[in-house]
Amino acid sequence: MASIDTRTVPEIVPARRRFLQGAGKASLSATAVALLIGCETMASSASRQGASDPKKDVSILNVALGLEHEAINAYQLGAESGLLSQEVLPVAVLFQSHHKEHRDALMATIKTLGGAPVEEKAIGEYAKALGAGGLKTQGDVLTLAARLERGAANAYLGVIPAFADPALAKVSGRLAADETMHWALLASALGQPVPEKALSFGV
Amino acid sequence: MVKPVLHLIGCLALALPMLAAAGESRGEMAEVGDAERGALIYDSRCIGCHSLAANRIGPRHNDVFGREIGSLKDFDYSEALQKAGGTWDRAALDLWLADPEAYLPGQRMNFMVSEPQDRADLIAFLQQEAER
Ligand code: HEC
Repeated sequence: MASIDTRTVPEIVPARRRFLQGAGKASLSATAVALLIGCETMASSASRQGASDPKKDVSILNVALGLEHEAINAYQLGAESGLLSQEVLPVAVLFQSHHKEHRDALMATIKTLGGAPVEEKAIGEYAKALGAGGLKTQGDVLTLAARLERGAANAYLGVIPAFADPALAKVSGRLAADETMHWALLASALGQPVPEKALSFGV
Repeated sequence: MVKPVLHLIGCLALALPMLAAAGESRGEMAEVGDAERGALIYDSRCIGCHSLAANRIGPRHNDVFGREIGSLKDFDYSEALQKAGGTWDRAALDLWLADPEAYLPGQRMNFMVSEPQDRADLIAFLQQEAER
């Protein structure tokens, strides 16, 4: 199988960063609103059809929300660590803002379905659970972020079949796509090779 | 049938389609688990919600093999796990990972591992960690 020359990746990354920084700021609130409205529409159509047990879907969405709370705090810890360069810090903040949008959309959907969104824990608890004290370099921070993003992408893909409402299953797929996008950029910033084989996610 | 195939190709990702082709499907329990491969699977599929050392979205796993189901005092389990009883042995973990909702209805994990070999490898890894 032909493999992509990974030596070109570090050159691509700064260009992408610049692009992302510009695009992110301009479209953030519009995206948040669109995702939120999308979710609320889906949620209400699900309960209207009475097609499913919304309690079950709420419990899956709440696990997802717990994941997003953690991701937001992980990026906060990274941003406050003093380990990130001027070039990398805005990307971390941008990714964190994506996770905040995910959080907001999930919370709105959970409420629309009559559930109670799980609460965020104190940042110190996330720091302890993620072993933030052991992070010594920018590479350590990015490696942790990449592992969490890949794990989150796989988690979102893995729970898709469990949703009663297919519209919510689609939301899970969209969340997975965002996390995969984060993972891909982090992995190339770390100089990790592109996966040799296809279908490496969501097995 | 599975063993010789595994011997031939070791823990390459190639094993997945070949095992599937060899007729394994969900519900069957693979005989041999490879803890090293299990660690890699853990790091890509479980790490979103779990870690060995700490409770995160899901409960910690360092000693989950052999632990009583739903028994950590500092983790907020679903009622399904709190009331389950029993121990996380190979058979229980295999059924749980294959289809958590079928095994303990009302659970909150909802994450399935459909390949028997992947489950066996994960379980071998969790057992190794518990025996450390
Ligand atoms: C989407 C998040 C998520 C993913 C991904 C996930 N889990 Fe879980 N897991 C949970 C949650 C939440 C619970 C608690 C379930 C409950 O209380 O009903 C749990 C519980 C468990 C338990 C029971 C532990 C105990 O203390 O009784 C085991 C074993 C387990 N998970 C193994 C795994 C393995 C192995 C993987 C990777 C293949 C995995 N999980 C992936 C969220 C997840």
